[in-house]
Amino acid sequence: MDRVATGSIRDADLTVAEGVNWSVAAGDYWVVAGLQGSGKSDFLLMTGGLMGPQDGRYTLFGEPMPIFDDARLQTRLRLGLAFEGGQLLAHLTVRENVALPIRYHHNLSAAQAHDAVSEALEEMELGPWADTTPGSLSRNWLKRVGVARALMLKPQLLLVDDPIAGMDLRHAQWWLGFLDELARGRKWPGNGPLTLVVTTSDLRPWKGRARQFAMLHDKTFRILGGWPEVEAAKSDVIHQLLMNEIPRPDERPTKN
Amino acid sequence: MRTPPFRADFFGRKLFRFLLTLKGLGSFALITLGVMITRFNQAGRLVRPLLLREIMRSGVRLLPMFLFVSFALGLLIIGQSVSWLTRVGAINYLGSIMAIVVVRELGPLLAALLVLARVGTANVIELGTSRALGEVEALEALGIDPVHYLVVPRVVGMAISVFSLTVYLILGALISGYLWAFIQDVPLRPSDYFRQLANSLQSLDFVLLTFKTLGFGFIISVVTSYHGLAQPLRLEEVSSATVRAVAQSIIACLLLDALFIIAYLAT
Repeated sequence: MDRVATGSIRDADLTVAEGVNWSVAAGDYWVVAGLQGSGKSDFLLMTGGLMGPQDGRYTLFGEPMPIFDDARLQTRLRLGLAFEGGQLLAHLTVRENVALPIRYHHNLSAAQAHDAVSEALEEMELGPWADTTPGSLSRNWLKRVGVARALMLKPQLLLVDDPIAGMDLRHAQWWLGFLDELARGRKWPGNGPLTLVVTTSDLRPWKGRARQFAMLHDKTFRILGGWPEVEAAKSDVIHQLLMNEIPRPDERPTKN
Repeated sequence: MRTPPFRADFFGRKLFRFLLTLKGLGSFALITLGVMITRFNQAGRLVRPLLLREIMRSGVRLLPMFLFVSFALGLLIIGQSVSWLTRVGAINYLGSIMAIVVVRELGPLLAALLVLARVGTANVIELGTSRALGEVEALEALGIDPVHYLVVPRVVGMAISVFSLTVYLILGALISGYLWAFIQDVPLRPSDYFRQLANSLQSLDFVLLTFKTLGFGFIISVVTSYHGLAQPLRLEEVSSATVRAVAQSIIACLLLDALFIIAYLAT
């Protein structure tokens, strides 16, 4: 990205980030942190190609984004996007949601897609809910279905919007381990180490996991570096993202 | 600067909004037609079952209701016509009246309005809810054309369904019309009744009937899909979008009907 400005998907006139200069190399594992309302999700949606940048230049694998034309669709499909809420199709079962991308792009019947979908459901521990509709699932399982669906087309770059938000420790641990395996290269989906970009509103769990860190705050995208640079950063926002406990009102530092 | 009088401003705004809506609907209709043509063979194993499901939903499942309506329609027309035709000694025109009223006008329009009420409203609600919940963005993120996946099966399915249901409605009304005439002791033999029908209808009627019903199905599906899908929607806006879609569909169908009347009279 070269001096990119991003708007909001719900309000085209709103700018959530400006002057973004950012480059992601193959094999990177980025965590983009930001407080709630900082525009992380809109930034990720723009990165995922759902809307164009308001300003600047954004290329994906050398192609200008966003890509909506069929001629460059294969480039577009090298990127996978998993939404914070899963954004599953409510009238389809979990199995049908996961099967959707390969059935559409490879023109497969439900029977032909069965084996690939079953493997994905097993890897994501979704087997018991395969024939359930999304309305019956909790947030954690919705996110897993969303990621499974995004991985069906074997992308090289995966964007995940706040995967551990609202998770208990058990599920958060599962997610961190799963993303680590994807970054190293996992048997499933089986296309080697993935490049990952993950957003988060809590930096603490990512210590020793992600390799590169950035922060989005007050419309500014700031590249922090590795974890030592994150810990050494002198920024109130980063301290809030690293906080172990919420201070009481009388313990909060007063501004001079 | 003098502010314009209230009345001129009111009509101006209404006209402007109407023209914007017309532009949006026109663009959406053209996009849908374009996708139907360019992606005709794409993802057939996924899209064809959706088409069949739409035909079931907007066609086959409405058959019982249409059979009842056709029965009632025959009664209504015959019930009103018999006494007056008898007074003026024109009972021989009963078949002609049924042909003109049912085949040319009432049949297609009533079928379209029933499909709009039963399926068109559901269309807006389903697509509007999908839009509000971010499902359209999910499809775009997966490289799936939302118009191809969500709209085209509905358009084709509804067009076929409106045509088929209109045929059933007309047949049912014509048959039930004679039954009611028979019950009312109208001195009209079945052969005379059906001969009157045949003499009143021309091949042009069947051609226009086909295009009119397919047109109604296309209009209903495009207008309802447009209001559900084309604009960003919040959940609380779905109900008002549904009301707008129904009103605009009715108006568009009536305008198309008027065009066909003009075309028929011109031939």
